[in-house]
Amino acid sequence: MADLNELYQSVILDHNRSPRNFREIPDSEHHAKGHNPLCGDRLTVWAELDGDTITDVSFVGDGCAISKASASLMTEAVKGKTITEARKMFAGFQDLVTGQRTPQESKEVLGKLVLFAGVSEFPVRVKCASLSWHTLNAALEDVTETIKTE
Amino acid sequence: MAATSGSQVAPPGLEVSAVRADFPVLATKVHGKPLVYLDNAATAQKPVVVIEAVDRFLREQNANIHRGVHTLSVEATEAYDAVRSKTRGFINAAADREIVFVRGTTEAVNLVAHSYGQKAIRAGDEILVSEMEHHSNLVPWQLWAEQVGASVRMLPMDDRGELDLDSLPALLTDRTRMVAVAHVSNALGTVNPIAEIVAVAHDRGIPVLVDGAQAVPHLAVDVAALGCDFYAFSGHKMFGPTGVGVLYGRAELLDAMPPYQGGGGMIASVSFEGTTYAPIPTRFEAGTPAIAEVIGLGAAIDYLEQVGLASVAAYETELVQYAVERIGAVPGVRIIGTPAHRAGAVSLVMDAAHPHDIGTVLDQDGIAVRAGHHCSQPVMDHFGVPATVRASFALYNTRDEVDALVEGLGRVNRMFG
Repeated sequence: MADLNELYQSVILDHNRSPRNFREIPDSEHHAKGHNPLCGDRLTVWAELDGDTITDVSFVGDGCAISKASASLMTEAVKGKTITEARKMFAGFQDLVTGQRTPQESKEVLGKLVLFAGVSEFPVRVKCASLSWHTLNAALEDVTETIKTE
Repeated sequence: MAATSGSQVAPPGLEVSAVRADFPVLATKVHGKPLVYLDNAATAQKPVVVIEAVDRFLREQNANIHRGVHTLSVEATEAYDAVRSKTRGFINAAADREIVFVRGTTEAVNLVAHSYGQKAIRAGDEILVSEMEHHSNLVPWQLWAEQVGASVRMLPMDDRGELDLDSLPALLTDRTRMVAVAHVSNALGTVNPIAEIVAVAHDRGIPVLVDGAQAVPHLAVDVAALGCDFYAFSGHKMFGPTGVGVLYGRAELLDAMPPYQGGGGMIASVSFEGTTYAPIPTRFEAGTPAIAEVIGLGAAIDYLEQVGLASVAAYETELVQYAVERIGAVPGVRIIGTPAHRAGAVSLVMDAAHPHDIGTVLDQDGIAVRAGHHCSQPVMDHFGVPATVRASFALYNTRDEVDALVEGLGRVNRMFG
């Protein structure tokens, strides 16, 4: 049976209550909007780049605890990483939340983000967890249309 | 809840434990807990009489209708037509030919938007649609309006979730060709005063289409008393199968409307020089219909009439009132929509958690609710929320289930607060 406490770990609840990097980066060239039509989650992700390195990243939006905590923890995780490293984390995160890789297998790439492993037991919530990553990816590619998870 | 019965005698009380025993799925466990099914506005559960009627038809009677001279086809045709008569009685229509079987409410509205639209809605004309409509009673009108250059105008609602009827006369112009309104709001539970709206519209010669999908499971519907021109509903929300619904249309209007889809069954004669069409209602039933599902719908009507819609309405009014009081007393809960007349649904948001999180937590307690925009985004926009949790009730729900929901909402507060 899926465990609610595995899904809503205290770190996730904390980031939901007090999301980190929850702000705009006004003059950033790299930003994108994400939308999950199923539950109405909407967020915008901003990124600052110095060459290939993500020097700052932030988000603003409204959504469920999983989507907000995922966005918040993502911003912490990718800051200071290169675009290639961030994409590798995105791929690893997708594998984790869809149950294709275990937390143990994912630990090296994802670090603290393995606490989203509980999402894999709740298939309808996978899109909540991955919305911010899709949106970051779009921001890095300077995609102008809103990214939708449906 | 506004049942239209003029009877002074209180309806017989509903024996909820006996009713529950009629619905096999209610014995299911979800995550080890007894199922508390509060998603009836999405689809209702099926009583054993409906399940068995479909099963029996497929095992013993299955044949296409209006086709063969063989015995099974004749029997299937008779059974199908008998449900048409039964449906006429169920909503008090004047004649069987006013009952068109469709796939569901959505198809019924699309049929009217296209077919009545072809007949009477042109460039520059207006269609008045209420702000609380399900997308299925808004988008078909937008599609038609876009096609011909007509416009869709909005009949607004207030912050209680009731339609602003004072604004109605001014919104009806000499270009208004249709008023489209829900009998009961799927997102808020509001019961709209249809007869009153119809009277104002008819004063100006404007027809009214009523989306009755959320009304038929909860209250006795009498299209003659309502006075509406079209009334649409779905089988699956009134304890029948999916894939079948009903469009009631006044014969005079249906008669003048062109076919919606072409195919077998809807013709009088066909040649390459030209085709003439069958009379109503078969003109609108192209192709093989959902025969087994229509049979199941007939069993659902029998079931509702046997329990008695007056009893259902009385029981649910009391239950939903209890739910509103208990839910409203949970700290941090805001009920979205506080209409004076409510049937079926209670929508809510919580300070502590997003509707989607609430839905997931409740599901772990075996409680099925809907979290989302309920295909009513204009309603969400009106109340400034992206989504709500909707608990929607039916004749088999109990006070204990309301208590379980309230306990679950308390758990959400403890987890996220």
